[in-house]
Amino acid sequence: MEEIKGKIKVFLSRFFRKHELGDDENIFELGFVNSLFAMQLIMFLEKEFSIRVENKDMDLNNFKTINSTVSFIESKMNLVEAK
Amino acid sequence: MKIELSSEQKIIKDQFKEFTDKEIIPYAKQNDYEETVSKELICKVAEKGYLGSMIPKEYGGMGLDMVSIGILNEEIGRGCSSVRSLLTVHGMVALAILRWGDKKKRDYWLPKMAKGEVIGAFALTEPEVGSDAKSVKTNALLENNQYVLNGTKKWTTMGQIADIFLVFAQCDGKPTAFLVERSTPGFSIQPIKGLLGARASMIAELKFEDCHVPEDSIIGTVGTGLTHVALSSLDYGRYTIACGCVGLGQACLEASIRYSRKRKQFGAPLRQNQLIQKMITEMFVDIKAARLLCYNAGYLKDVGDPDSIMETWNAKYFASKIVNKISSDTVQIHGANGCCSDYPVERYFRDARINEIIEGTTQMHEVLIATNAFRNY
Ligand SMILES: Cc1cc2nc3c(=O)[nH]c(=O)nc-3n(C[C@H](O)[C@H](O)[C@H](O)COP(=O)(O)OP(=O)(O)OC[C@H]3O[C@@H](n4cnc5c(N)ncnc54)[C@H](O)[C@@H]3O)c2cc1C
Repeated sequence: MEEIKGKIKVFLSRFFRKHELGDDENIFELGFVNSLFAMQLIMFLEKEFSIRVENKDMDLNNFKTINSTVSFIESKMNLVEAK
Repeated sequence: MKIELSSEQKIIKDQFKEFTDKEIIPYAKQNDYEETVSKELICKVAEKGYLGSMIPKEYGGMGLDMVSIGILNEEIGRGCSSVRSLLTVHGMVALAILRWGDKKKRDYWLPKMAKGEVIGAFALTEPEVGSDAKSVKTNALLENNQYVLNGTKKWTTMGQIADIFLVFAQCDGKPTAFLVERSTPGFSIQPIKGLLGARASMIAELKFEDCHVPEDSIIGTVGTGLTHVALSSLDYGRYTIACGCVGLGQACLEASIRYSRKRKQFGAPLRQNQLIQKMITEMFVDIKAARLLCYNAGYLKDVGDPDSIMETWNAKYFASKIVNKISSDTVQIHGANGCCSDYPVERYFRDARINEIIEGTTQMHEVLIATNAFRNY
């Protein structure tokens, strides 16, 4: 979990240089990210954690904070392992 | 670090080049003049599998890597910008279905698209809405398990011949992508003629008047039409356009070299004139730089790097700008001959102009690239 969080934080720090992003802070409400961010985040998550973000996962709540993104990745990775 | 095409990529580049020289270039002038790409030519492109270049092998496509796709678009773009635009928009729709469509749609449409039995077109822009894409006015209302589309799309490349259209509409104020078949009642298509460049793109205006489509026509989800579906399609569109610009620049360079060798003024070939040499030098180096930006973007796509999106913006911005300077210098080197359709360079000049407008204008690129630069430093 800490490893996943660490990787996500490093990625996000590129977009939040001047702001220390809290684990439960809403990424999309801070106004730092532009229209490309959502796809960049998905590409990052898919590549880094070898998962696929499906249509049914496209709920903003999955990606709105660092903690929610970590939970989402964990649930996806559990699914992969369970297969 | 290694910047080199693999041996497979070198081989395939030669095949694309041969096809372009033999099957595309001889018809490019006619395409431009008649404002159409003939069925026969599209069949030849399809027979080669190029309409499935971006579709995985499991669906009958070529399953090419992104660098090879870039090379294909460079080579075809060297021959005819309109044929290249077919590859671009068809691929944008195929990739949207692949990435965001459900299994049923993938299994049904992708094999047909790979063979070229079905052509795709991308309908985002409207008469009143271009750069500010999130403000599209086309509306989709859910009624008895069907969406009812109303609105007008404009400048849809290949709209005259496409079988399926990726259409962007507001669903309760949320941008959403729909896959609409040509034969759907309430959907009509008017050809647009008289374009400046890429004249054979068979552009159309699309009208949706109480056009009912099944509820499952949505690609992606309600609200992700722009941020996810259009964004990934446009990323591919931008990449293939950037590569097409490199090809078009290459055509200009080769024409300029040929002409300045042959044409004599003041008792010597133009090539001996240092002012001509300067133009050739700038073309030569700019094309190399643009090609490297494209290869870099393609490579980053192949490894799934999120930076590939921004690098594609950079590549398209640079390539579309330089090809305008290059094609203008090419006309200059050709003098009056450059202003007449006896030579292809006036077409190159007109075709080049389109590239700074489509898939995000140069100004939209400048806004985005600068914002990104400020964020990074
Ligand atoms: C040959 C061709 C093929 C096309 N094919 C397709 C297609 O297949 N599908 C599709 O959906 N669309 C297509 N288009 C439309 C194309 O995507 C739009 O033309 C493009 O997005 C620009 O929109 P616009 O023409 O409405 O210009 P506008 O958005 O009205 O812009 C006009 C000018 O104002 C500038 N401008 C606008 N806003 C700003 C700003 N905020 N800051 C600075 N400058 C600004 C622009 O850069 C431009 O120079 C095509 C167009 C052409 C010419």
